Amino acid sequence: MEMVPVWLIVVIKSLIVLLIVITTFAYSMLFERKILGWMQLRPGPDRVGPWGMLQPAADAVKMFFKEDLTPKNADPVVYKIAPFISLITAMGTFAIIPFSESSAGLWSVGNVDAGILYIFALTSISVYGISLAGWASSSKYPLLGAIRSTAQMISYELAMTLSVVGVLIMAGTTSLVGIVHAQYNLWFIAPQFIGFLIYLTTAVAETNRAPFDLVEAETELVGGFHTEYSGLRFGLFFIAEYLNMITVSCLATLLFLGGWSAPLGLTMVPGIIWFLAKAGFFLFIYMWLRGTLPRLRYDRLMAFGWKFLLPVATLNLIVTSAVIALRPV
Amino acid sequence: MRKNLFNIPAIVIGFATTFSFLFRKHPTKPYPTRKKQHAPRFHGLHELRRYADGKERCIGCELCQIACPANAITVIGAENHPDDRRSPGERFAARYEIDELRCIFCGLCEEACPTDAIVLTPRFEMSDYRRGSFIYSKDRLLVPPEFGVGTAPDERPGGIPADLGAVTEKKNTVDIQTGYDATWRGSILKTQRKGLAG
Repeated sequence: MEMVPVWLIVVIKSLIVLLIVITTFAYSMLFERKILGWMQLRPGPDRVGPWGMLQPAADAVKMFFKEDLTPKNADPVVYKIAPFISLITAMGTFAIIPFSESSAGLWSVGNVDAGILYIFALTSISVYGISLAGWASSSKYPLLGAIRSTAQMISYELAMTLSVVGVLIMAGTTSLVGIVHAQYNLWFIAPQFIGFLIYLTTAVAETNRAPFDLVEAETELVGGFHTEYSGLRFGLFFIAEYLNMITVSCLATLLFLGGWSAPLGLTMVPGIIWFLAKAGFFLFIYMWLRGTLPRLRYDRLMAFGWKFLLPVATLNLIVTSAVIALRPV
Repeated sequence: MRKNLFNIPAIVIGFATTFSFLFRKHPTKPYPTRKKQHAPRFHGLHELRRYADGKERCIGCELCQIACPANAITVIGAENHPDDRRSPGERFAARYEIDELRCIFCGLCEEACPTDAIVLTPRFEMSDYRRGSFIYSKDRLLVPPEFGVGTAPDERPGGIPADLGAVTEKKNTVDIQTGYDATWRGSILKTQRKGLAG
């Protein structure tokens, strides 16, 4: 190990993680279309390859060859940079997500002590990608989408962060690895069930997924913030959306379902399998949610966030801290 | 806070419904590769039939043209030449044209025909690239003698086009690849495609 420089290890690890994450994105997109299809009594994509397994490749080729349009009045620089802000912030979170742990070490690119803060910082920045895209398009629907995104993502991030603070208090650390270690005896979903529900709800809003997809809202805003985007730049937004979805699923696994720790002492199954299974379960929940609930009205969305989720999250936080403080050591 | 945002039972029922639909059999037929069987008397593309001796059934009476509510049929009758009798009667159809874009597939021509010459077959795949190619004249309507006499709707089994040849049936669908290219209408389609490619 001495001979290999540290930076090379990091680069190789990053490449592996990126490869896995992009593949996961491609197939989670396919499975979302499949699952939505089955829920609506359709077969879903099944033309390209057996069971449509090559559909992501076909989509990628299509995206590649589409014309990349820029509206005449758009701000050219911001318009072109915005998708990259979305994508880079979405990809950045995977740098510190620990997928598993073995005697050789941790299965992650980097291990940051304030891991959870790093992830929340990045998701906050990702609002810029969307709102700048909507603003720079200089078109009314993207602008409306951008306004909604800033309002929605900021107000739901508040409740999201508060719901996670309960977990942080119980674990006594902001490191993702530390949080998983603190759950070896009892997953935080049990003591923090309300926090878990709030996290699940706000995570959907945070990633702009149905039923909180007011930022895109095809039926009202054409395509929302990405109305004017086409070709590869639209593809970048698309990738970013799914990567965010994978991030919040991984985060839910780490924070509430004990990460890679095996349930019921089933340790013969490797930790990475448990991690993937749990994260996949959350991904399925997002698809299930999209197939079930209709989109919320904008004012109700805001009312729900501020008048219900935020007070409940605060209450949860207060009760958790009181219990921890009064607990006999 | 509105009441319906917290209608928990309704939300739970909704989730249960979509989840149960995951495992339900979907009714989609993968159309281009497998074809659904239609009703026995399905109204599709027309066909002009023959008698067993090869003579055309149509006697050029123009009753179908009169019956047609969409004015899709043009018939110009002519006297049979004694040396070259095309139909058993005195007259035959010198020109017989159906504009399939005007046709509403009501089947009144079939009912009006005194000799059961014009029938509606169950074929429905008539799409083409040019408007002109939707005007079907005798060369595409009349059954060539080597392909038999054509089938009256009453004689059709289960709505399977008579010229599909050997059909494989699976789950209420008919495999269209089987034998269709060998049929006369299939061969017309093939020549049309070739003409477009060349």
